[in-house]
Amino acid sequence: MAISGVTLVPSASRTWPLLGLLGVLLGGGLASAWTMETQGHHITGMNNHIVWGLPHVCAIFLIVAASGALNVASVASVFGVESYKKLSPLSALAAIALLAGGLAVLVLDLGRPDRLVVAILHQNPFSIFAWNILLYTGFVAVVGVYLWTMLVRRQNRHTRTAGVVALVWRLVLTTGTGSIFGFLAGREAFHSAVMAPLFVAASLANGLAVFILVLAGLAVLGGPVPDAALRRRLGRLLGILAAASLYFALVLHLTWLYAPDSRAVSRFLLLEGGAWPVLFWGGQVLLGTAVPLWLLFRREGREVAAATLVALGGLVQIAVLLIGGQAFPRTILPGWQLHSTFGDGGAATYVPSLPEALLGASGFAIALLLVLLGCRLLRILPDRFAEVPA
Amino acid sequence: MSAGPTRRGLLAAAIAVAPGLFLVANAAPRPPGSAASARNRWDLLIDTTRCDAGCTACVDACRQEQGWGGPASDGPWIRKIEAIEMQTGRSVSLPLMCQHCAEPPCVEVCPTGASLRRADGIVLVDRHRCIGCRYCVMACPFAARFFVDAEVHDQRAATPRGKGTAEGCTLCVHRLDAGRLPACVEACAGGAMLFGDLLDPAAGISQALRARASTALRAELGLDAAIRYQGL
Repeated sequence: MAISGVTLVPSASRTWPLLGLLGVLLGGGLASAWTMETQGHHITGMNNHIVWGLPHVCAIFLIVAASGALNVASVASVFGVESYKKLSPLSALAAIALLAGGLAVLVLDLGRPDRLVVAILHQNPFSIFAWNILLYTGFVAVVGVYLWTMLVRRQNRHTRTAGVVALVWRLVLTTGTGSIFGFLAGREAFHSAVMAPLFVAASLANGLAVFILVLAGLAVLGGPVPDAALRRRLGRLLGILAAASLYFALVLHLTWLYAPDSRAVSRFLLLEGGAWPVLFWGGQVLLGTAVPLWLLFRREGREVAAATLVALGGLVQIAVLLIGGQAFPRTILPGWQLHSTFGDGGAATYVPSLPEALLGASGFAIALLLVLLGCRLLRILPDRFAEVPA
Repeated sequence: MSAGPTRRGLLAAAIAVAPGLFLVANAAPRPPGSAASARNRWDLLIDTTRCDAGCTACVDACRQEQGWGGPASDGPWIRKIEAIEMQTGRSVSLPLMCQHCAEPPCVEVCPTGASLRRADGIVLVDRHRCIGCRYCVMACPFAARFFVDAEVHDQRAATPRGKGTAEGCTLCVHRLDAGRLPACVEACAGGAMLFGDLLDPAAGISQALRARASTALRAELGLDAAIRYQGL
């Protein structure tokens, strides 16, 4: 089936205030990045124990959500589900926009963002980080071509092939992102082969949640309103993916709990680590998974509320995994209790600062601005959903 | 270093006759002006039984030599750790710095190759190539790599530092290249630090390592650290 899309004709009264808000967030993020670079990162809550903080939580969320936002297009192109086909261009656009937002935050948080060209010209072939730079730029290119095959009618015959390549690429990308942590053999709270599939599952859930929110937001701005059957179908898929995401988190902790030498990590993150257990149980498990599952499978028409909770739960999950993992004290001498003026042996503390929050939020602003721009300029949106079979 | 036994090495061998009686002198690093070579592997042996809990001479000397420690947020290139063995209650004091691993995680993960390992095993950061991503800080199992998060003042001529880049112990590479010992080793009054070339069988450190058991921190990770500890 060929896709005949339309451009977004936004409601001015609703769109301008939103653009104003996104502009403020973007400006705040850029000002924060400038301040962090000129003053130094000591103005943030990050330190030599927690070197990756709130900006990285937002960036990683956006990057994994980028991969998951492509769910709808993949399901349509690769697995031939017709009801999702009209949403495929938006799915691809959202994927590119989310990735761009996440990458912007990562780059702006660098200690020397002015040396970005160094990262492009000099790459360490053994660095999983360098691999990810290739995976991210490649993702934009692959999904860009995929989108092009959807929008240009005479290229539609290549859409399935491009969709298969994009599907494989996004799975490799999320595996790579998870492996940034999973490969850290010297850090107990990160080193695990489960990290890669955990990130894949988290990306599927978070990305679909964000996609549902984008779809709902565009409808408010004047885009087509998804019918109840489509919303229900997307919601059920979201429920399954949210449960899968939690499943991998539980497997990770069961693996740690089973072995005596790694038990302390789970005890810290699930029980004794101050705010981290509260965020895990309250944020990821209860509000991010249990409540959305109840809304999606026991209530009607609550897809947007459920997607909001899944996305927030996904943010919390990454915060617990990333910052909580760094807060867990390094095991420098197994079997010894350590003490030093540097804080060895104790949990590290972290209080995020306003510049970090603004920089992180600016990533979301960039992603939404790109989605709005793409929808305004390209025939991304379906004209209506009425003919879509349930 | 010469390949055969040196007078210093033979002297060390003669003196290092029994555990606990090490009077081995630190080896002179290498002739000034010569290039770093894979024929050397600079090692540091730390005898925790000789390390006084109240002594911070090595830390003070490092701070003075390298110029870190201005802002409170500066990471300590070397720090003293007090450790209590949980099973027995035995306590030891030890200095901890970059372990100059043969398989350094910081070098593996660095996206730009700014984290590097010299031919003679010293792990360094090329400040001009570091983009400040902090992945090396994440990867180090010893919390011995740091991020400079404030303006740097009072820099030492031999040790360039830079806000927004990573840094850590250089094993006083500038002193080694000039034929001198690392500042911490020179300052250690208790004789707890022995420096030398592991690849020179006649070197004092090689003799000492053969004579008495020692261990690398997190040896199970297989990083082949250049810093070894006795008395743990």
